[in-house]
Amino acid sequence: MSLVLRRWETLLAVLLALFVALGTALSPYFLDTQNFSDLADDLMEKAIMALPLALVIIAGEIDLSVESMLGLSSALLGLSFGLGLPLWAGIPLVLLVGALGGLLNGLLVTWARLPSLVVTLGTLALYRGLAYVVLGPRAVSHWPAAFNAFGFGDVPGTLVPWPLLVFALLAIVFAFVLHRTWIGRQLYATGKSQEAARFAGVRVARLKTALFVLSGTLSALAGVILTARLASARADNGQGFVLDVVTAVLLGGVNIFGGEGTIAGVVLAVFVIGVLRNALTLADVAPDAQSTAIGALLIVSVAGPNVVGRIRAAWRNREVLT
Amino acid sequence: MSDTPLLELRSISKRFAGVRALREVDLDLAEGEVHALVGENGAGKSTLVKILAGVHQPDEGEIRLRGEPLVLTGAAAARDRGIAVMHQHPNLFPDLDVAENVFAGRLPVARFGRVDWRRARSAAAALFARLGQPLDVTAPVRGLSVADQQLVEVAKALSLDARVLVMDEPTAALSGREVDRLFATVRQLREHGVAVLFVNHRLEEVFALADRVTVLRDGRHVVTAPIARLTPAETIRHMVGRQLDSLYPKQPAKAGEPALEVAGLTRAGVFRDVSFTVRRGEIVALAGLVGAGRTEVARALFGIDRTDAGEVRVGGRPVHIASPGDAMRAGLAYVPEDRHDQGLVLDFSIAANVSLPVLARLSRLLGVVDRGAERILAGDFAERLQIRATGVDQPAVGLSGGNQQKVVLAKWLATRPAVLILDEPTRGIDIGAKAEVHRIMSGLAAGGMAILLISSELPEVLGMADRVIVLHEGLVAASLTREEATQEGIMTAATGQASA
Amino acid sequence: MTSASRALAVAARLRELGIVVALALVVLVTTLLAPAFLHLDNLSQILLSVSLVAIVAAGETIVVLTRNVDLSVGSMVGLVAFVTGDLLKQHAVGLPEAILAGCLLGLALGGLNGLIVTVGRVPAIVATLGTLNVYRGLDFFVAGGKEVSAYDLPRSYLGIATSTAAGIPALIIAAAVIAAVVAFVLRSTRPGRALYAIGSNPPAAETVGIPSQRLVFAAFAASGLLCGAAGVLWGSRFGTVNAFAANGLELEVIAAVVVGGVNIFGGSGTVFGAMLGAVLLGTIDNALTLLRLSQFWLQAIDGAVILLAVGADASIRGAVQRALRVRGRR
Repeated sequence: MSLVLRRWETLLAVLLALFVALGTALSPYFLDTQNFSDLADDLMEKAIMALPLALVIIAGEIDLSVESMLGLSSALLGLSFGLGLPLWAGIPLVLLVGALGGLLNGLLVTWARLPSLVVTLGTLALYRGLAYVVLGPRAVSHWPAAFNAFGFGDVPGTLVPWPLLVFALLAIVFAFVLHRTWIGRQLYATGKSQEAARFAGVRVARLKTALFVLSGTLSALAGVILTARLASARADNGQGFVLDVVTAVLLGGVNIFGGEGTIAGVVLAVFVIGVLRNALTLADVAPDAQSTAIGALLIVSVAGPNVVGRIRAAWRNREVLT
Repeated sequence: MSDTPLLELRSISKRFAGVRALREVDLDLAEGEVHALVGENGAGKSTLVKILAGVHQPDEGEIRLRGEPLVLTGAAAARDRGIAVMHQHPNLFPDLDVAENVFAGRLPVARFGRVDWRRARSAAAALFARLGQPLDVTAPVRGLSVADQQLVEVAKALSLDARVLVMDEPTAALSGREVDRLFATVRQLREHGVAVLFVNHRLEEVFALADRVTVLRDGRHVVTAPIARLTPAETIRHMVGRQLDSLYPKQPAKAGEPALEVAGLTRAGVFRDVSFTVRRGEIVALAGLVGAGRTEVARALFGIDRTDAGEVRVGGRPVHIASPGDAMRAGLAYVPEDRHDQGLVLDFSIAANVSLPVLARLSRLLGVVDRGAERILAGDFAERLQIRATGVDQPAVGLSGGNQQKVVLAKWLATRPAVLILDEPTRGIDIGAKAEVHRIMSGLAAGGMAILLISSELPEVLGMADRVIVLHEGLVAASLTREEATQEGIMTAATGQASA
Repeated sequence: MTSASRALAVAARLRELGIVVALALVVLVTTLLAPAFLHLDNLSQILLSVSLVAIVAAGETIVVLTRNVDLSVGSMVGLVAFVTGDLLKQHAVGLPEAILAGCLLGLALGGLNGLIVTVGRVPAIVATLGTLNVYRGLDFFVAGGKEVSAYDLPRSYLGIATSTAAGIPALIIAAAVIAAVVAFVLRSTRPGRALYAIGSNPPAAETVGIPSQRLVFAAFAASGLLCGAAGVLWGSRFGTVNAFAANGLELEVIAAVVVGGVNIFGGSGTVFGAMLGAVLLGTIDNALTLLRLSQFWLQAIDGAVILLAVGADASIRGAVQRALRVRGRR
């Protein structure tokens, strides 16, 4: 099993190199260090949401509401800050709301036994709607300089943007938990065979609920970071992000049906998407049009191996018949 | 019956990736005959069934239908030629009604391609009448019992004008009365000249229903004989190639302290007031027909289902079990009925499967799983239980049924339980592996473990148990010692005919 | 009928009744608070806006019945709306040709969805999430930041939506006719029934010889075709079309379908139910405006309604299951 995944990650690395080459061909500015800094900036909120989503999908569920929780947390942060609540209180509050939103998802899936696709489709709408109810059409600006520095500044003395550092640390923790600990093992078991996991004493409901809470919390964190980076809290922040996040997870080799996937793959996929978008931006392709490429990438990343597998199987059958 | 057999299979051979599933097997079916196909797992029965269903094509040999050579290119071809196959689990559409299920894919149409519901419903009703088993054709299939669903399958086959009906383990999920109904249906089919080939593990049923029996062993045809000319013992000998007695190596065990005491256990609508005790070193069998509530009792004991009343004590101390985790902590282990969906994570390696319930014990600092310790644990059990595999890293999906079952056993033994609950532990595994499992059970009991054995196989119950608790419709109908227990006695209690 | 079957049949009827009851409640409350609600032109407005959703929801129902989902409907409608409008704006073709082109474009887009799901074996969520973006991106590419405005379009085109027959707007008639046709196909034709079978038990459908792959492809193509029709009508109704047209429509449509009692896992549900769902959601939307509640509540309500509907379905099913268990002892 691990051998196959290693091959997928190699493929991703190749793809990454390809897109880097594409970028360089499209623009002389591509290899500028400043450009790389910008690239990471644009991507890190999605990357941070991709990590818990990977775990959710490996466990056999899905969470489409991540982008809306991002928006809701941004709106709440803006509202609370606008009302005078200092950030050291506002941010934890917003993270708590994220956790609660994730808890709602989790309970609806585990306790009410509703399919996560529909639940998170519903909360995708619900949380976004609530974001609008909270903040309306306005934008909250005038954030403290330190906050903005966290959002679009670099770690002092390096070229590493703070969000990238946050992502890197989270990725390491996630990789450790998923690949080395008993929690990860239970996760894979749940995704592959929920019944067998339950019979073996895995607390499936608790595990899945925890994953949704994690997803909600980190989506809220992504919302905080995005707000800081854009220096603007808006209800529509993060609109459309879910495509890139899901693509990053699936392109990263996580099986949509659960039970398979690695953090390394997801990290690579995140950068593949980032580089692709960056290259296209430099080629003057509008962000909304870039989505065509990302959508195509998503489809090809899942269809490709299937079609190749079918061709191989057909070829093998031909050999048997002759 | 005419002289030319209705269906003839001559010298059928089939290979799968180097394994010879069938070797020059001959079989013939006459019109209006009920023909039983028996053999251990791996004997080739299901391959033969699949060939008749058109799912596989034989590598060698030929099939003749009424003397004409027959090539079945697929399931549709088999259906068109009048061969209907009923697989073990009814394969119906739960959201559609009975009539639509019977005619699925070939609904009668009127003008303009409009589905003619009236014709479908009346035709379906007529089929059930012909089988002597009226059924409401507008009922959604989802609400039907397994027995009724099978009836729908039979009606489906009949509607296809099947001349040959192949039934794969049709009675596996049925209770006594339902088995009788099914037999009545089969006899009706026989009256209509349909040839019925049924695969069955339960010899009592084979001898009650069949006209002729064919025994397969290791992919080869061993014998075909009219039922009158064989005894069950002889049949088993043909299936196994060895004597019956080596099957149940029960060592005598000294019963110690009570390990599991169940008092007044109740789950509304499922079972009521179930009480029994299993001592250390004892094997207590929970017998009864399918649906009597045995698995349900086990699930409740293990914390998968809730109970409404009753007390459970393990090792003399009362325990409250609300989840499998609680049960494990209390010292219980449960080897479930369904190996593939409940017992194993098929894609996991042997080692990963064995360690799954005891990950906490195998984890070190920060929750990291000690892979070395995990492999040692799995390796130890693989040796102890004689698990045949390429190594502890082999995915469980690649193992034979018997070895898979041993992995499940290993996993639960790794939890070091005081009480081991086994639910149909030897179902669907070949006789050799069966004997090994029984040997392991005996050894465990001799070592002081308390074992609760749920089994539908009376010979197994009689051979392995020190005591037999018989359930009937959720109530304890009888409690028999090894000496008192007989096949008839258990069956009487299981069918509710014993006086309290 | 066994008690279980009877329970299930009752549950199904209750489901549709439930929507009607909810609808009646909303109408009642809103009329009490804002009597203008029950005015004919307001009701007409509701049905007009619901019509477009209804047409797309009919297509979505076809797909969902087979145990799939089509998230790309909004993008397909938007793309077709723009292309149709643009063709007419450029005077490239006449009206009938433009309409035909729009529908065929929808058919092709849906067909591509179908190919990705059947040949590519990509799960429908993933496939249509991808095409949602591919088609929307195409829309942006084609539009190039410009828009088609009502002034650019021939009166005959704009007239399609506003014209009436016997006092009923053509758009509403079109939606009703389309719904009726789809309902007929699903209820009374072999391929329609086969769709239910595919959603109810995919392997069994294969066993009885139903050409599942072909039918699933057809389901997606049909959804695309209906989106094409909706796209053509969209341009006619709104006149001004830019690359954002019908953005987010998929959520409204899926909400309507789910609220309408179509099982997200396939195998059961009716177009009639989906229509009821669309009407209920459209009515709530209208009520919000009339009651001067912030429009921003709408999305939240859509989401809450999806959760409530699915939750209600699940609890009904759970209750039936429990009834089965307790009555089950023979």
